[in-house]
Amino acid sequence: MSETDFALAIEDLTVSFDGFKAVDGLNLYVDKNELRVVIGPNGAGKTTVLDLICGKTRSTLGSIKFKNKELTNLSEHQIVHAGVGRKFQTPSIYENLTVYENLEVSYPKGRSVFGSLLFKMTTEIDARIKEIADEIFLKELLETEAALLSHGQKQWLEIGMLLIQDPELLMLDEPVAGMSVKERDQTAELLKRICVGRSVLVIEHDMDFVAKIAHKVTVLHQGKILAEGDMKSVQNNPEVIEVYLGH
Amino acid sequence: MMSTFYTRWLGGRQGGIAIMLLMLLMFVVMPLWLDIFRLNLVGKYLTYAFAAVSLVMVWGYGGVLSLGQGIFFGLGGYCMAMFLKLEASDMASTARQTTPGIPDFMDWNQITHLPAFWEPFHSLTFTILAIFVVPAVFAYIIGAAMFKRRVGGVYFSIITQAIASILTILIIGQQGYTGGINGITDLKTLHGWNINTESAKYILYYLNGGLLIGVILVCRYVLSSKLGRLLLAMRDKEDRVRFSGYDVSNFKIFIFSLGAIISAIGGAMFTLQVGFMSPSFVGIVPSIEMVIFAAVGGRMSLVGAVFGTLMVNYGKTAFSESFPELWLFLMGGLFIGVVMYFPNGLAGLWEKHGQKWASCIRRLQCVSAVKNWAENRRAAKLGATGE
Repeated sequence: MSETDFALAIEDLTVSFDGFKAVDGLNLYVDKNELRVVIGPNGAGKTTVLDLICGKTRSTLGSIKFKNKELTNLSEHQIVHAGVGRKFQTPSIYENLTVYENLEVSYPKGRSVFGSLLFKMTTEIDARIKEIADEIFLKELLETEAALLSHGQKQWLEIGMLLIQDPELLMLDEPVAGMSVKERDQTAELLKRICVGRSVLVIEHDMDFVAKIAHKVTVLHQGKILAEGDMKSVQNNPEVIEVYLGH
Repeated sequence: MMSTFYTRWLGGRQGGIAIMLLMLLMFVVMPLWLDIFRLNLVGKYLTYAFAAVSLVMVWGYGGVLSLGQGIFFGLGGYCMAMFLKLEASDMASTARQTTPGIPDFMDWNQITHLPAFWEPFHSLTFTILAIFVVPAVFAYIIGAAMFKRRVGGVYFSIITQAIASILTILIIGQQGYTGGINGITDLKTLHGWNINTESAKYILYYLNGGLLIGVILVCRYVLSSKLGRLLLAMRDKEDRVRFSGYDVSNFKIFIFSLGAIISAIGGAMFTLQVGFMSPSFVGIVPSIEMVIFAAVGGRMSLVGAVFGTLMVNYGKTAFSESFPELWLFLMGGLFIGVVMYFPNGLAGLWEKHGQKWASCIRRLQCVSAVKNWAENRRAAKLGATGE
């Protein structure tokens, strides 16, 4: 594959589980500074695509290039070091640590065994943690144990744990699931702010939310791309309507 | 500097008090209360406490249950024993052997020259290094082979148990090189210093206690670092740690190797204090006993593990003197009981009841405050009516 200007270039990506192709010859390109939303009915392969990018699942065929660097043969932590961050579908935070400690553990310093043993808190890191906490609306809750946060706050915390690593590609799997209307609006604002200077890939079901944030929408169906374009053209695409209503 | 020592090595006020209590018990109460025979026995139990402390790190905090800490206890013990045995096998005392100058059990097994891997154990410096390096390297190999392939949970426990069993069989089978089932016995001096005298036993007891305190402080330091928080995070959400850019397997290998070194120090001190080393401290049964010590003491408490070890062993000594055949059943029952009803062991009970006592004391103060208030009121009333 040739060099591209895209931040993320996925070509001919295929993964098969015992003959079932969850992702089938997928081609997907995401620009720098772009916020892309992937939608599709259940079982379309959305989460599998994220699993493939971040290395949780290994592809059968095809390539995933991030800034022209092949990711398919890297291990999970190497992919993170390359600049890819991923939020899981159910909020995945450390329940028995405080909000502050959750962010501290995610700070991208002291990542090796001895690095973490000798890791020292500096005023710079402390300031960064507080800055991120402010951004994710948890400034007042720094000393709260994460288990006590509401579902929506847990989602924000996980986004914050990724932001503190300053990834160039941020992947969010259903970031507003379980949030109130007000929290959804706040999250939409947050996403608009953070997609500056990086690419963001979001999986979401809530169409109002998608319409609010998406630069471009990709519709997945049975592991293949069904349609791609701005929200309006996708919503009016007869095939997309058929897939959603036909189920 | 002083404050880092206080908060990170000692573990703050709570941790400091626990360490002080342990030191008081080990260094003052026990030596004053017990004769040298019993004190030496306590010293032996305290060497098991190293293994229990290592299990707090590996099992409690690392989240991987090793049923093979006996392996490392044994490796440390055998390294020490090899040095002492070579010193005990000088030309003068082995003159009656077919091949003088080699350990007696080798001579009995028709071995005519010292095996190459025994040679470096003539040096005490090498021996002390080996006590640290041999178990660490062995644990690193086991850990890398398993954690890199994401083997964990029950599978890890079973494999470590199997390795403990294999090592025992190997030691027993290679009688000419290892002393076989009898182990390495008749150890006498360390650089000419007789370790069987009463004064040597006192010194070794205190050295052992000092090392144990040192190990606990090092563990506290490790746990209070970012690495400690990462271990907690890994137990909770391993995938989140992995996808935050950490190579999870390296952290598990580290904690497993650290645990191996700690157990090995205990093994070496065992050999010095008890005067021999045998395969019965390597295999499955001692390894599981070590897990029970840690579980009874509390698997999240370093100091608790020491108290757990002392209590279980005290029970074993007291009970098996009168009902030797029942002891194993009782210990099995104890383990099940602790796991079911006191998952945090003695340390958990202490924490729970410690809080109760604290609130009791506070309540007493409350009662006296109410009494004072009532008395003052009465006095004021009397004063008012008097006028």
